[in-house]
Amino acid sequence: MTELTNLTVAQIRDGHRAGDFSAVEVAEAFSANVAGAKALNAFIVETPEHALEAAKQADADRAAGTLKPLSGVPIGMKDLFCTDGVQTTAASHMLEGFIPRYESTVSQKLWDAGAGMLGKLNLDQFAMGSSNETSYFGNVISPWRRKDGGNAALAPGGSSGGSSTAIAARLCPAATGTDTGGSIRQPAAFTGISGIKPTYGRCSRWGIVAFASSLDQAGPMARDVRDCAIMLENMAGFDAKDATSLNLPVPDWEAALSSDLKGKTVGIPKEYRLEGIDPDIDAMWDAGIAMLKDAGAAVVEISLPHTKYALPAYYIIAPAEASSNLARYDGVRYGLRDLPAKNSSGGGAGLQDMYAATRAEGFGPEVKRRIMIGTYVLSAGFYDAYYTQAQKVRTLIARDFEQAFASCDVILAPTAPSAAFGLGEKMADPLAMYLNDVFAVPASLAGLPAMSVPAALNREGLPLGLQIIGKAFDEQSVLNAGLAIEERAGFNARAEKWW
Amino acid sequence: MTIDQATVRKIASLARIAISDAEAAAMEGELNGILGWVEQLGEVDVTGVEPMTAVIPNTLRLRDDVIDADPLTGGNRRDDVLANAPAAMHGFFGVPKVIE
Amino acid sequence: MSDYRIKGETGEWEVVIGLEVHAQITTNAKLFSSAATAFGAEPNTQVSLVDAAMPGMLPVPNRECIRQAVRTGMAIEAQINRWSRFDRKNYFYADLPQGYQISQLYHPLVGEGAITVEADEKAGIPEPKVIGVERIHVEQDAGKLMHDQHPTMSYVDLNRSGVALMEIVSKPDMRSPAEAGAYVRKLRAILRYVGSCDGNMEEGSMRADVNVSVRRPGDEFGTRTETKNVNSVRFVMAVIEGEAKRQVELIESGGTVVQETRLYDPDRNETRSMRSKEDAHDYRYFPDPDLLPLELDDDFLVECRESLPELPDAKRDRYLALGISPYNADVLTAEVEAARWFDTLLDAGAKPVAAANWVTSELFGALNRMGRDLTDSPVSPQQAAELLGLVADGTISGTIAKQVFEKMLESGGGAAEIVERDGLKQTSDTGAIEAEIAKILAANADKVEQYKGGKEALFGFFVGQTMKAMQGKANPQVVNELLKKALG
Repeated sequence: MTELTNLTVAQIRDGHRAGDFSAVEVAEAFSANVAGAKALNAFIVETPEHALEAAKQADADRAAGTLKPLSGVPIGMKDLFCTDGVQTTAASHMLEGFIPRYESTVSQKLWDAGAGMLGKLNLDQFAMGSSNETSYFGNVISPWRRKDGGNAALAPGGSSGGSSTAIAARLCPAATGTDTGGSIRQPAAFTGISGIKPTYGRCSRWGIVAFASSLDQAGPMARDVRDCAIMLENMAGFDAKDATSLNLPVPDWEAALSSDLKGKTVGIPKEYRLEGIDPDIDAMWDAGIAMLKDAGAAVVEISLPHTKYALPAYYIIAPAEASSNLARYDGVRYGLRDLPAKNSSGGGAGLQDMYAATRAEGFGPEVKRRIMIGTYVLSAGFYDAYYTQAQKVRTLIARDFEQAFASCDVILAPTAPSAAFGLGEKMADPLAMYLNDVFAVPASLAGLPAMSVPAALNREGLPLGLQIIGKAFDEQSVLNAGLAIEERAGFNARAEKWW
Repeated sequence: MTIDQATVRKIASLARIAISDAEAAAMEGELNGILGWVEQLGEVDVTGVEPMTAVIPNTLRLRDDVIDADPLTGGNRRDDVLANAPAAMHGFFGVPKVIE
Repeated sequence: MSDYRIKGETGEWEVVIGLEVHAQITTNAKLFSSAATAFGAEPNTQVSLVDAAMPGMLPVPNRECIRQAVRTGMAIEAQINRWSRFDRKNYFYADLPQGYQISQLYHPLVGEGAITVEADEKAGIPEPKVIGVERIHVEQDAGKLMHDQHPTMSYVDLNRSGVALMEIVSKPDMRSPAEAGAYVRKLRAILRYVGSCDGNMEEGSMRADVNVSVRRPGDEFGTRTETKNVNSVRFVMAVIEGEAKRQVELIESGGTVVQETRLYDPDRNETRSMRSKEDAHDYRYFPDPDLLPLELDDDFLVECRESLPELPDAKRDRYLALGISPYNADVLTAEVEAARWFDTLLDAGAKPVAAANWVTSELFGALNRMGRDLTDSPVSPQQAAELLGLVADGTISGTIAKQVFEKMLESGGGAAEIVERDGLKQTSDTGAIEAEIAKILAANADKVEQYKGGKEALFGFFVGQTMKAMQGKANPQVVNELLKKALG
């Protein structure tokens, strides 16, 4: 029998339904992998009891004939989703020990669908980062290694780096991610898995620790496109508690999966051809174009003229929103409190001293940096020059896509400008780190559905991902194009176990 | 536009983040690097362009005026609200004495 | 024009006043969460996860808050903005869980309108004055801090956190404490008519930030100070008076007024600078990304307008047209309960002028004595209409009516029933009256002589004596006629 932990979500679901194995066996197999992979540091909290409980219920439901869509499937939960009774930290010291008395809408939907939780996955602190190195609980290490004989620890991408590593290392078949400026797609690309950020508003943001409200969107990460479709169906849906939630029915994405792209047109944005980019990336992109043609699609060149300005606009808008969203972490109602004995001038410390000390202690350097930038760009005299200008540019970026979609159905581009880099390689230079999201951020700014699928290995043997961007609400075309690539790329490489 | 260390300290104070002199010095360079880079947005001609207000066409829904309509957004859960408080005292959140 | 002036040592100063009134919108649930808004609950019981700003919590606006703010705007003939937005006002304070207040800076729900305050000669308002309203926006209230429960700690209660407020911002159009007082009273009346705020200043449902500056008459505006959270009309007037004097003295002694936030201490009747707000000037407003733009459709606006009741100004005009005196019209329209009570009385058939006089003197007098409100008046409008009807049709005299009213208050009985039971009906029986007149003239022959000699003032004496003899039940007109005849 195939090792249970090599099965996909669909295979677990179907095999469990067919009685090939019990859900308890599946949960125990994954929990054992989790317990044996401490070296990867993918989990902040492990919850084998939660997975086991759900598995027992799944087995009982099978006996009773009341199976649910995800019965028997254990998953990983990014530690940005608040989970009732289970520590939720956003990978920060600030929220260390914080145990919510409520469950996020998305995680609740997954439990209601029968899924179980293997644990809370590590991430970049408050989802701010592209390498998972900003976590207070230590960086996640990618299971992948370069084929150069060295054992350099590589970044799993970020911010959903715990999710990407856990899936790539077979610690869980699927996991939740969140994407603000590429945080699902880039880690998926770095670890050879799939991940989709749906249209802004598809998944409720209620109960997800906020980073940048107008950009944050939850989505699934899994080994293949079908699993992404299954997971997304059970995460998406209208939520009256989120004013930006889309009041639309959730399509049956899995049932409508089709890799036949006849009649579809794929747009290739010329502005994404960057000067001096890794030739492996361009080669993968060209191969992807050929695959989609092979699937029956027409290919056209399109122009997204404001692409160059997406990243700078993002690095104004996201920090601005974050500086305000993170103001609630003040040591009053939950989380860390640091009350110094004396204030800076030697007097008794008061409320404002407590704020400053708590926030200095509770936030890591990258979080502080973004709060500082956000505070600055919103401050008196600078608001229009920075924030208003950025939101105008954002309008132009969204308009670029709108115009491009007049002549195509989906857009194909690389997910990231490089393969996974080594831990520590980019930490000294925030700007170099930010540039990692150059291809991911435009779709985030426009709120469009976008996914990454693994397409090739580079010359170092590391995975590379292709990104498909779709029209608003048209996740189906994105998934279908992803499936067409998946079938043709035949990507079945996996990291050799060293942990 | 470049910012100096005094500005860094002012922003940190607005953001309620205590910083040491060394941190202020380090941040001066980092913030100037980032701000200098984002300033390229100034090149974009935005004449007649409205700032983005809703990324996906959608209108603001309003809810009915019903108390505790959904327990998740309703009251009467003081224990839950205070459960994680660093200093919960007699049903209140305690903070260092404030002088108004 | 107000001629209110502060007399300084160097001459006269004019006071310029603007008010930002925070009015709690009357709703069951909070602006962005479904926790209750009732006053006086146990600490932190009316607090949702949203109000406590737990991680991941999101705001969803309450329709009723928007509706009431729009209706209020319509009541002051203001511009209603069909497209508005919520903005975040960022600052740190222990009563502000999110670290920002959701408010409306850039695109408020309601734009310019106006409120007219009536002339009040005695208060130095010689003619009606129109006070401009700059805007009305909707925002969250903050929580409450208690400082006297513990030696080194303050306690935070978030029950008020997230309760909906309307901020009604006037233009700097007022020039005296009396005008400001009249504005707040009129605004309060309008809010209570509309039903958008209960106007209960003791419970904090209405409070004002008072902006005061002084200038030489005709000069540019001076630097203003803002005194926060003043919670009665009397205090608003006291703050203006005190603050204007303080500023004049400061300027005249060579100082300058600093733009600052001040706090009013009612016990000492003085304002002082608020240290805690000193560095909070950079609020970094920006549109709340958790909330989409608020767009109002025709149906919503039509319902808002159609559900508005008759408002104080229109009601006052209607009363004046019915012949009611301006004084009575003012008194009757000042409080919505009084106006509603009076309208019911008119609907029950009472004659407007007599009814207005009776309500403002007899009824209010009696309620005052009993320490009661109109809302728990022992006499209903229908009962009052019955009493007034008996006077109007001549069944009883005004004097007897007073007795009947007293008996109604004592027993709760109906007017007709009391009149019947106690035999208080007015008589026009000329025979009986003539007999009493004859007796009185005979017993007062000297006075009859004097009257006939030209002392006509004695006529009243004879009327009084006759009425007394008739136990007040004689029809006064008949008495007059018969007396004139008898005295030749």
